[in-house]
Amino acid sequence: MNIILEALNKAIELVITTDESLFEILILSFKVSGISLLLSCLLGLPLGTLLAIKNFWGRNSVLILFNTMMGLPPVVVGLVVYLIVSRSGPLGWLGILYTPTAMIIAQMILITPIIVSLTAQIVEEISQEYKNLFTSLVVPAHKAIMAYLYDARYSILTVILAGFGRAISEVGAVIIVGGNIDHLTRVMTTTIALETSKGNLSLALALGIILLFIALITNFLLITIKMNAKRHMYV
Amino acid sequence: MLNGTCMYKKDKTSQKKITPIVADNLSVSFGSVNILNKINFKIHDKDITAVIGPNGAGKSILLQTINGLTNIQKGKITFNSFLHSDDIRKKQALVFQNPTLLRRDVISNMEFIANIYKNIDKNIIQNSLVRCGLGGYDQKSARLLSGGQKQRLSLARALLTKPSILLLDEPTANLDPFSLKLIEDIILEENKKGTCIILTTHDMAQAKRLATNIIFMNKGEVIEQKNSKTFFNKPETNEALKYIKGEILL
Repeated sequence: MNIILEALNKAIELVITTDESLFEILILSFKVSGISLLLSCLLGLPLGTLLAIKNFWGRNSVLILFNTMMGLPPVVVGLVVYLIVSRSGPLGWLGILYTPTAMIIAQMILITPIIVSLTAQIVEEISQEYKNLFTSLVVPAHKAIMAYLYDARYSILTVILAGFGRAISEVGAVIIVGGNIDHLTRVMTTTIALETSKGNLSLALALGIILLFIALITNFLLITIKMNAKRHMYV
Repeated sequence: MLNGTCMYKKDKTSQKKITPIVADNLSVSFGSVNILNKINFKIHDKDITAVIGPNGAGKSILLQTINGLTNIQKGKITFNSFLHSDDIRKKQALVFQNPTLLRRDVISNMEFIANIYKNIDKNIIQNSLVRCGLGGYDQKSARLLSGGQKQRLSLARALLTKPSILLLDEPTANLDPFSLKLIEDIILEENKKGTCIILTTHDMAQAKRLATNIIFMNKGEVIEQKNSKTFFNKPETNEALKYIKGEILL
């Protein structure tokens, strides 16, 4: 019990004193997760929409593949990215191993299937709902797609937040491809892993509490958005 | 499958009238199930046609077929001799039995249509809403409206497109007397302006009040098509007589 209270005190102290190294870790964590989320959205939202509205040969197989990839083990993703970007790998010449870029790539591989699969589900549902109306009104395809995405915006926002939650709390992949290098690739989760292995449980727990707090805010936003949308029957 | 093609040059349909509507041996099936079977009818431009018949007769599918939402397996349906096309569909408006409303507020539902069909300004939108008894509901979420309000919004949205043919699938089912009268009045007004109206209904009194033409269907077939007075006074078939009397059709 003492250790938990001590950790809580330490966490508050670190935040209040705006500890430089803590904020450096926090900023890098948000930067890596934010960029990977942005890139995943740029790729995943159109792809998910396409899978939802276009019927083509092999569509179901692609959907099954993305659904399966939602549960990809992060360490396996980390290992695969490591093999690809390591000096002897096919993209070794880029020299991005143990850099935030490699961490972003690994996180993208983990988040994109979530964005694609959930977007496809959401857009498919709304497109089925609107199908006859839009056909009857002769709504052009591009306006129909815009309408699907706009009207499903609350659900899609929750998907984006879910993706962020996955990215910010991920440790397995980023520790392999990032290397947990101080001032370069050290993020919250990798710091927790390191401090735990060093026996510095107070700092590890303090960071854990901050991470939990971020998860709490993310989920609070998620639920608030959902409830607000439900109240107006927009979902 | 003739859908989407036209017997004449496509651009001609945008200028010409699209009535009479003629169904010639029209058959529609979903998989191996025949929904409409060798249907023949003719609907004139000034008609208010009530399509009546027991549940499962194929009334809603007939309306959707007129609107080009189903695949025609055999036969054809023509609009002033034109086959179905997007130009023809743009001159029709279908109000579904369960209105599909966008997940937005009332005014945004209307503005969505205004963005697709050009030359619809804010005054026209407001007039259409007021006419359908929805004045002052602009900012209300469309899906929070009552059943009657939803149906009226769906009708207001349809009227915005100034259709030549207005298709109404049980437009007043389960509605209160206010909504019922309002919708019936609009139907009569639109018909006076020259809009061809085709509606499905189970309400015989409504069919008598509104319709000039009756299409009686059973089991996917048109059993009778008659002038309304003739149909209700002297139905030709035993099935129609039983249906009017409220007896079960086997």
